[in-house]
Amino acid sequence: MAEFYDKESVRAPMSQRLQRFEPPSDTQAIGALVSVTIDGKELKVPLGTTILEASKKVGVRIPTLCYHEDLCVAGVCRICVVEVEGQPRLQASCAYPITAPIKVKTHTRQVRQARRHILDLLLSKHYGECYACFRNNNCELQALAKEYGVDFFRFGHPEKPRYRIDRSSPSVIRDMDKCILCRRCVRTCIDLQEVGVLEVNQRSNRSKVITFGEKPLGDVICINCGQCINRCPTGALRANDPTDDVWAAIDDPTKHVVIQTAPSPRAGIGECFGLEPGVPLTFEMNTALRRCGFDKVFDTNFSADLTIIEEGTELLQRLHKALVQKDKMVRFPQFTSCSPGWVKFCEHFYPEFLDHLSSAKSPQQMFGAVIKTYYAKLNDLDPKNIVTVALMPCSAKKFECNRPEMCDSGYKDIDYGLTTRELAQMISEAGIYLPAMPKSDFDDPFGTATGSGVIFGATGGVMEAALRTVIELVCGIQVEDLFAHADITPVRGFDGIRFMELPIKKVGPVPELLKGLFEDWDWLVGATLKVAVAHGTANAKRVMEDIKAGGPCSECHFIEFMACPGGCLGGGGQPIPTSPEIRAARARAIYAEDAAYEVRKSHENPAIVRLYTEFLTEGPCSHLSHHLLHTAYTPRGKYIV
Amino acid sequence: MLVSEREQLRENIEQWVAQYGSDRSALIPVLQEVQRKYHHISEYVMQVVADTLNIHPVEVYGVVSFYSFIGLRPKGRFIIRLCRTISCAMQGNNRIARQLENDLGIHFGETTPDGNFTLEWANCLGMCDRGPAMLVNDRIFTQVTPESVHEILDECRKAFGAHTFQGEETCPL
Repeated sequence: MAEFYDKESVRAPMSQRLQRFEPPSDTQAIGALVSVTIDGKELKVPLGTTILEASKKVGVRIPTLCYHEDLCVAGVCRICVVEVEGQPRLQASCAYPITAPIKVKTHTRQVRQARRHILDLLLSKHYGECYACFRNNNCELQALAKEYGVDFFRFGHPEKPRYRIDRSSPSVIRDMDKCILCRRCVRTCIDLQEVGVLEVNQRSNRSKVITFGEKPLGDVICINCGQCINRCPTGALRANDPTDDVWAAIDDPTKHVVIQTAPSPRAGIGECFGLEPGVPLTFEMNTALRRCGFDKVFDTNFSADLTIIEEGTELLQRLHKALVQKDKMVRFPQFTSCSPGWVKFCEHFYPEFLDHLSSAKSPQQMFGAVIKTYYAKLNDLDPKNIVTVALMPCSAKKFECNRPEMCDSGYKDIDYGLTTRELAQMISEAGIYLPAMPKSDFDDPFGTATGSGVIFGATGGVMEAALRTVIELVCGIQVEDLFAHADITPVRGFDGIRFMELPIKKVGPVPELLKGLFEDWDWLVGATLKVAVAHGTANAKRVMEDIKAGGPCSECHFIEFMACPGGCLGGGGQPIPTSPEIRAARARAIYAEDAAYEVRKSHENPAIVRLYTEFLTEGPCSHLSHHLLHTAYTPRGKYIV
Repeated sequence: MLVSEREQLRENIEQWVAQYGSDRSALIPVLQEVQRKYHHISEYVMQVVADTLNIHPVEVYGVVSFYSFIGLRPKGRFIIRLCRTISCAMQGNNRIARQLENDLGIHFGETTPDGNFTLEWANCLGMCDRGPAMLVNDRIFTQVTPESVHEILDECRKAFGAHTFQGEETCPL
C-alpha cells in the first residue's frame, strides 16, 4: 500500500517525471547542500532545488507565467529568465535545478529587456480588450504588463479575433484568442487530472491548444471539472456564466427565486473581495444574497445531510444483501456520487463500474427535488414559478443540473448553477462589499444544518460525515467515544489516497428511521468496515486500476471520490488563483466551521428528521425517495465516433 | 468504416504495439506503421493507439499534427515533396515547381482529382550539393531538371498500369 502514499506516484506520468532532477544517490561525496547567491544574498539549498524555489526563500520575486505550483515544470514562456554568472545565455529559473554553486542575478538590464520583449511578443498575439474580459484585474498577463511598464504594443496588437469562441460545453467556454500557449491547461488536464482533453497541436507559430480532432469542447470527453479555468493565467478559459438569467429571474415578480449555498464557496468568496484565503463569510453572504433579491437563502448542508442518510442507508442495504442474503449481484466497494466531475469521469473511463456508484443524487440535485416538491407544497407555491439557483464551487454542476434525467420533481430540479466567482460578480454588481455585511442566518425550513454537511467541501468530508452517522446508527455509541471531538482525522488531509478501517465490535438497536429496512444489526458484529478516500481524478484512476487488479482498494466497502484536488474547496468554480496553500487555508475554514456547529451529525439534523416524518414518510431509500432523490447513470465510454 | 475493417485495424495496431512495446515511446513507430499501410491516421486509429498505449487520444492527435510525414487525411498515392530551402532555391527549384504544377495541374498542398499525386513543399532534404532535390514517397531525386520531372512522373504513371502496388504496403518508387 506504500506506493499510494508515495507523493511521486500520485502525480505526473513517467514522461514528465524525467524532467525533474534526480539527486545523486551518494550525496555524502558531493554534499547534499549547495550554496547559491541570488542578487547578492547567499543561501544553501538542497541539490536539485530550482533557482525559482531558491529565490522564494530569500524573498526575491521572479515573475512567472507558465509555472504553477500544482503542475510539472514546462519552461515554455521564458518570462522567469535570469542571468547565471558564467553562462552565455539567460536561463529559465523555473526549470534550472541547482547542482553546483552558482551566482544568479534576477534583474539585470539584459533580463529586464528579455522579459519586456517576451511580454511584447505575447501581446502581439493576444486579442482582447482588458475591460471586456472576466479576468480584468485578476489576470497574470495584465499584471505583468503593468509590472514591466508596457505602454505601447511594440510588435502590434491583433485588431480582429482569429478564432471563434467555443461555447459548446455547458460548463467551460474556450476563447483561443486570449490564449498565450503557456500550456498550464494542458498540463492540468493531462498530468494533474489525467483526463486528457487539451493538448497542443502543430508546430511553432501554428501551434494552438486543441481538443481531440479539434472538436468542440462539448463533444469530447471532458468531465467539466474546470481545473483548467483555475489555472489559466488569462481569460482563455472560463465557466459558462448564467448570471444574466439569474438576474432576469430575480427581476421577474412572478418568480420565487431560491438559492442554496454550498459549503466551499463560503470559505473562498472572501478572496474575490481581497481577503486572505480561509476567511469564511457564510452569514455575511446570506445578508448579501437577500439584498441581491433572492427570496429564500438555504443551506446545501441540509441536503448534504440528506445525502448522507440516503447514501449511508444504501451502503447498509448493500452490506445486508451481501452478508445476510448472500446476494452475488451486490457490488462493492460503493462509490460516492456527490462529485459530478467524478461521475462523468466514471461514465467515460469506467462504464463497467457504474453499478458501484451510489444511486443517490448529489446534494445540489436532492435539494432541487425537495424544493420543487416538499417546499412548494409547504408554502403553497406552484413549482413552475420556483427558480432554484445553486451556488457551487464547481463548473461540473452546471452540466449536472442540465442532465436530462434530473427532472424528477416534474420540473428541472435545479435551474441554474452559479460558481463562487459568478456570485461574487453579482454581489459586486449590487453594490455590496461582502465582508462588511451584517450577519444573518439561513431561512427555514431548511435553516438548521450540521457540521457534517459543512465538511462535504473538503476531501474526506463525505466519508467523515457518513462514518459519523453510520457509527452512531449502527453501533449505538457516540462518535466522540471513538474519536476525540468526533473528528475522524484518518480520512482528513491532502494525501492523494487515504485508507481507514473500522472494526464493528458491538451493535446497538436499530434506530426509528431505519426500522422499516432492518430488523437488527447482529449480522454486522465482528465485521470490519473498510473505507478509502481519493481526490483528483488522477488518484481516482489509480484507485480504479487497483480495484481492477484486485488490490487493497477492491477490499474496501465504501470509497469517496472527488474530481478536484483538495475536494470541492479546490473546485473549478472557486476564486482564481489556486495553490496548495490556498486550498489548505480554505480547508481550515471549513473544519473550523464544522467544529463551531452544535449539531455535527447528519441524522441529528432536526430538519432532516422533520422531512422524514412529514414528507418521505416511508423512510430512506423508499419508493418516494428513490423517485426524487436517486438517479441512474449513463455508460458513455471513451471513444468518440 | 465497416465493423470488420475496424477489427482488422485494431488487430494490426495491437500487433505493432506488441512489436514496439506498450510504452508511450512506441507511439511514433506504431504511427509510422499505420501510415505505411493505410496512408493516413484516422480518428479511430488515434483512439485505438491511445487506448493500447495507455495515453490520451489528444496526445496522439498532437503528435500526428506535429509531423508532416504522418497525415490526418488520406493523400495521393505518390507524395511529391520538393525542397524549398535556400541551396535548392539557388539551383532553380522554382522551375521544377512550375513544371510539376503544370504537369499535374495542381498547386502545392493539393492532390490530383484521381488521387494519384500530392504536391508538397519540404524543408531541407540534406542534398544541398546536388539540388534541386525532390522526394517521391521514400525515394530521393537529385539535380532534377524540368525534363527529368517529366520522366519521373511518367514512371509513376506507368507503375499503376503494370504492377500497381507490390502488396499494399510498398509502392514501386
